[in-house]
Amino acid sequence: MSADTLQKQAGPSERNGAVRAASRFFAENGALGGLVILVVALSLMSGSFLTVTNLLNVGVQAAVTAILAFGVTFVITTAGIDLSVGAVAALSAVVCAWSATSEGLPWPLALVVALGVGILCGLVNGALITYGKLPPFIATLAMQGVARGLALVISQGSPIALPNSISHLGDTISSYLPVPVIVMVAMGLVTAFVLARTYSGRAMYAIGGNEEAARLSGIKVTRQKLITYALAGGFAAVAGIVLASRLASATPEAASGYELDAIAAVVIGGASLSGGKGTAFGTFVGALILAMLRNGLNLLSVSSFWQQVVIGVVIALAVLLDTLRRRSTN
Amino acid sequence: MHFTKSAAILAVGTALTVGLAGCNSGSSSASGSSGDIKIGLSVSTLNNPYFVQFRNGAQAEAKKEGVSLTVTDASNDSSQQVNQVQNFTSQAMKAIILNPVDSDAAAPAVTAASRANIPVIAADRGVNKATVDETIASDNVTGGKLAAQELAKELGGKGTIVVLQGTAGTSAANDRGKGFTEGIAAYPNIKVVAQQPADFDRTKGLDVMTNLLQSHPGITGVFAENDEMALGAIKALGAKAGTTIKIVGFDGEVDGIKAVQAGTLNATVAQQPALLGQLAVQAAVKAAKGTKLAATVSVPVKLATKDNASQFATS
Repeated sequence: MSADTLQKQAGPSERNGAVRAASRFFAENGALGGLVILVVALSLMSGSFLTVTNLLNVGVQAAVTAILAFGVTFVITTAGIDLSVGAVAALSAVVCAWSATSEGLPWPLALVVALGVGILCGLVNGALITYGKLPPFIATLAMQGVARGLALVISQGSPIALPNSISHLGDTISSYLPVPVIVMVAMGLVTAFVLARTYSGRAMYAIGGNEEAARLSGIKVTRQKLITYALAGGFAAVAGIVLASRLASATPEAASGYELDAIAAVVIGGASLSGGKGTAFGTFVGALILAMLRNGLNLLSVSSFWQQVVIGVVIALAVLLDTLRRRSTN
Repeated sequence: MHFTKSAAILAVGTALTVGLAGCNSGSSSASGSSGDIKIGLSVSTLNNPYFVQFRNGAQAEAKKEGVSLTVTDASNDSSQQVNQVQNFTSQAMKAIILNPVDSDAAAPAVTAASRANIPVIAADRGVNKATVDETIASDNVTGGKLAAQELAKELGGKGTIVVLQGTAGTSAANDRGKGFTEGIAAYPNIKVVAQQPADFDRTKGLDVMTNLLQSHPGITGVFAENDEMALGAIKALGAKAGTTIKIVGFDGEVDGIKAVQAGTLNATVAQQPALLGQLAVQAAVKAAKGTKLAATVSVPVKLATKDNASQFATS
């Protein structure tokens, strides 16, 4: 209220409206404020940061984490957690490369098989959680081990080269359109659509808000949770294929630890680990913050020991900024 | 009733899984005939092509000598490795080959074996604060120097270079970096403009190299502390890799040697993991028969360039 009157005194009503709209936008997307601060700071500190090529690099480097994080957004919205996405990404990539090379499958079919593997892993997670009554943390931790192990079994522990037709997915079209960025944006739009416009999306918010209430109001919680984890698995498969295509090879040890980056991106983006909150845009911003930070640390030649400290501090600050903002608006 | 049914399902499931895994691993351990010598090998991680080659070399040698070799994977977890070595002692192994996850944290494992009077051979990494019967390792410091000399030769003694560092705090990263810094100091016209960590990882090598190209567009050389990072850097440099920007890697893993043959990687300091595995098993057999071993054996590092790349394993 008091802020309102202050703004009214400050200027004409048109500008006032714009300011209010902007401040509301930032209030709803707290992480965006963090991103803006980071962009300004890095631009001031490094002359090579704010260039088109470098920003495209940041986009490409954010792609894998962002796609994984979009999938995890669904899960966290239902108050669940998925620790298996990194391993499932590696397994899908290995299956894709293996089926296209040693099994001689045509590449579109290999992609479908890889996607199927990801969705299947997600469904198993979902089944363990719903029918098996396992806590999501344990079910997906188990899947992490199984998926990583199977990736090693299939690849015999060595990287498998990807056929050229698939590795084009890691290329850049006409030097300004990197395919990983296109895939990331497409998956982001799918996430936004699912969360905001579909029955399953609204069911995810309802389950995350209060699972019992959701059940009583007629939502088929079991089925919706299966869908949620299957989506996370499918997104992980896409991320794995993008990752492998960037390197033109699928390695069984790829993407280890990425699940934590993905979870961090989702939480920086304003989702709550206790469920019921989360947006595709917020997650996207969270993934950009992480990628931009790593990029900036390289540009500034920060020593390897300090980099880990800085990343930890920035993650904490980004989430802190968001919680403070929320508290002041409520 | 309900409980017993689900317990039965659980039991059958577990048995099936273990049985399946057992069938697969059964073929990998050669069964013993000559004197029934049983040797245990605890590998730090099989999540890395280098250690897979190391294991393969060890298994081939075990088969040749007709000894039984049991391989376990510690998944880069030191405490798991201690457990595995303890299990070896209760399985009455005649010798244990330990490829430590961490040189400091391996001491309890070695102590456990010594208490049971089982000889221990440390492979690839040494063990601090405990005595092993033999340490077999590549010389990473010498390798780093070798890499510096080769990169300087490729650059004609002048240029600006960047270093892609391995995981901060690991002995391989420290030793290779140390050797390289010492080696490159002999060339005053070569300037190291950035040293950034890419954690021995191919994807990170790609990302970090891409970023460094933005802040240092004029570089003419790259030293990567392992081949995985070098391969990522090659991806980032595109057509410049191996031509206008010279790259030297480390390890001589299969993909690295292939890149040397293709001309995108100018050279790699090849360790010989299969030879390392072979020598470790030979030493273990000797130890099991009661022969005294040399305290340290260093497996030579070899520079792989386009001229001699065909001598190295590419499969």
